[in-house]
Amino acid sequence: MSAAPPAAATLAAPVTTARVRRARRSRQVRVGVVLGVLVLVACGISLCLGEAAVAPVDVLRALVGQADELTRFVILDLRLPRLETAVLVGACLGVSGGLLQSVVRNPLASPDVVGITEAASAAGVIGIVWFSLSGVALSGLVLVGALAAALLVYALAWRSGLSGYRFVLVGIGVAAVASAVVSYVLTRSAVTDVREAMVWLTGSLNGAGGDRLSVLAVASLVLLPLAWLQGPRLAQLELGDDTAAALGVGVERTRGLAVLTSVALAAVAVAAAGPVTFVALVSAPIARRLVASGAPALVCSALVGALVVVVSDGVAQFAVPGTTYPVGVVTGIVGAPYLLWLLTRTNRAGQGG
Amino acid sequence: MTLPDRPDRTAAATAPHTLAAEDLTLGYEGRVVVRDLGLEVPPGQVTAIVGPNACGKSTLLRGLARLLAPASGRVLLDGEDVRGLGTRRVAQVLGLLPQSPVAPEGITVADLVGRGRYPHQGWMRRWTSADDLAVAEAMEATGVADLAPRPLSELSGGQRQRVWIAMALAQRTDLLLLDEPTTFLDIAHQMEVLDLLAELNADRGTTVVMVLHDLNQAVRYADHLVAMRDGEIVAAGAPGDVVTADLVERVFGLRSLVVDDPVTGDPMVVPVGRHRAPGDDDGPRP
Repeated sequence: MSAAPPAAATLAAPVTTARVRRARRSRQVRVGVVLGVLVLVACGISLCLGEAAVAPVDVLRALVGQADELTRFVILDLRLPRLETAVLVGACLGVSGGLLQSVVRNPLASPDVVGITEAASAAGVIGIVWFSLSGVALSGLVLVGALAAALLVYALAWRSGLSGYRFVLVGIGVAAVASAVVSYVLTRSAVTDVREAMVWLTGSLNGAGGDRLSVLAVASLVLLPLAWLQGPRLAQLELGDDTAAALGVGVERTRGLAVLTSVALAAVAVAAAGPVTFVALVSAPIARRLVASGAPALVCSALVGALVVVVSDGVAQFAVPGTTYPVGVVTGIVGAPYLLWLLTRTNRAGQGG
Repeated sequence: MTLPDRPDRTAAATAPHTLAAEDLTLGYEGRVVVRDLGLEVPPGQVTAIVGPNACGKSTLLRGLARLLAPASGRVLLDGEDVRGLGTRRVAQVLGLLPQSPVAPEGITVADLVGRGRYPHQGWMRRWTSADDLAVAEAMEATGVADLAPRPLSELSGGQRQRVWIAMALAQRTDLLLLDEPTTFLDIAHQMEVLDLLAELNADRGTTVVMVLHDLNQAVRYADHLVAMRDGEIVAAGAPGDVVTADLVERVFGLRSLVVDDPVTGDPMVVPVGRHRAPGDDDGPRP
């Protein structure tokens, strides 16, 4: 583009547009910073709480390796891996949902509604119960299950273009099939074998850490930036396939990559902590509403996801003294009413296709 | 509504971009919609495509804009097959406004118009003052500058359509394709949009190709009229030359009178219909 013409000096509008754009940017940054602070605070509180409360000062000292051995053990070996898993699982699920909802242009299109999480669970349960898998092998199998479901949904929903409604409906069908597989595997197996799988299935951070955490951390490090890079193209895609293509976006390539990234993110989260339900469904819409820019707010989706999982895990551990619930129970209690609200709203307004 | 001069365009008495279709066949899943069609879009002019519903107008537009791969034949942009050009290359020269674009929830007018700058931005999407200027100009031209900070969802249908056109203008392409830009607008807003496109063509030399439903509006605003039926072009040329009662009968299967438009002197199509004509005796007359 060439330099500004003299005529433009008389236009008030460039100033206005720049102001509107700056206002949007600063809102994005403010929301991001506030969410980031909230995540940090939640993490801090989570590290302090437990069967033995640790003072914030001691937590900090333990983190830099200066507290006594017991405190270091409690913070670094027990609580930190769990917390790291919670943050990463939340971020992965939040971004996973954000990508899929953006690509399908439907807030219902979250991996835990359209069968991707269920298929991942089915693969995971088969891996745990029948093959006693863990770590990288389990993650791999879960990823295969999730990809298979995504391909199936994509292929069945495809009619010379992708319709959001058909995608969601086909996905719900695939989810039903996958949960039938889970039930089948569980009922066909010995009770003792099933116990571990059951805990994993509700989405649990108990025993988080080790191999699972390493796989999750490495995968997040690759996938989250990859998702972030897709943001601008996805924002264009939300204008409709034709508009996006006319604006220079390769529609199929963009959509394919976004779906693959979303599936991979959901799969690594499921492999690490089991299907923590509804986090993928709620995080991105909350982030989008907060940022209100008409574009997928992926960074904020990650932060909201992390916040939801960390807080839910806190509630799951400490709401009822003496009992630790799987975190998925808490996210389910929060998420299910939202899903119901979303369904009633979608049907009433006839919007969502 | 006036269009500020476009500096990088006034110098561009450089040859305008050309768009043509050669033996173009387009379809969806084996169903042929456009058959062996040849078309040359006159550069620097306004072309209107008319025809009955499902005659392949919109499909042709999608094919021309590289949104639909031809079953056979070619679309040539500046003499080159568009399939060989990158999506972004095409988008820098050729813009398209589809019939029903989707507005993401919560997006403001300025941001939506800014989306038109996408093909001109580099990999890192750095926003420059040139982008701001293009967006501002597009909003001035369409009369939506005052709406800049408003969310699109708060606007009326006419305002929204002007915002979408502003987005296409911000793309600053020499070729602009529009699929029924006046649908869902009342008559005053229809004329406003058409006048805007005419000014765009006159002031900047933008080549405009639009699918229109209203035959008389097409005659009024087009330099070149393309009449389609069943995926084929029935007639093409200056509206004054091609629009006759016979053509309307052949294209729409409609009996009509063609009279002189009292405003412009161009042909004006007055449909006859089966009812309420003088001498028609079914029903009471006023």
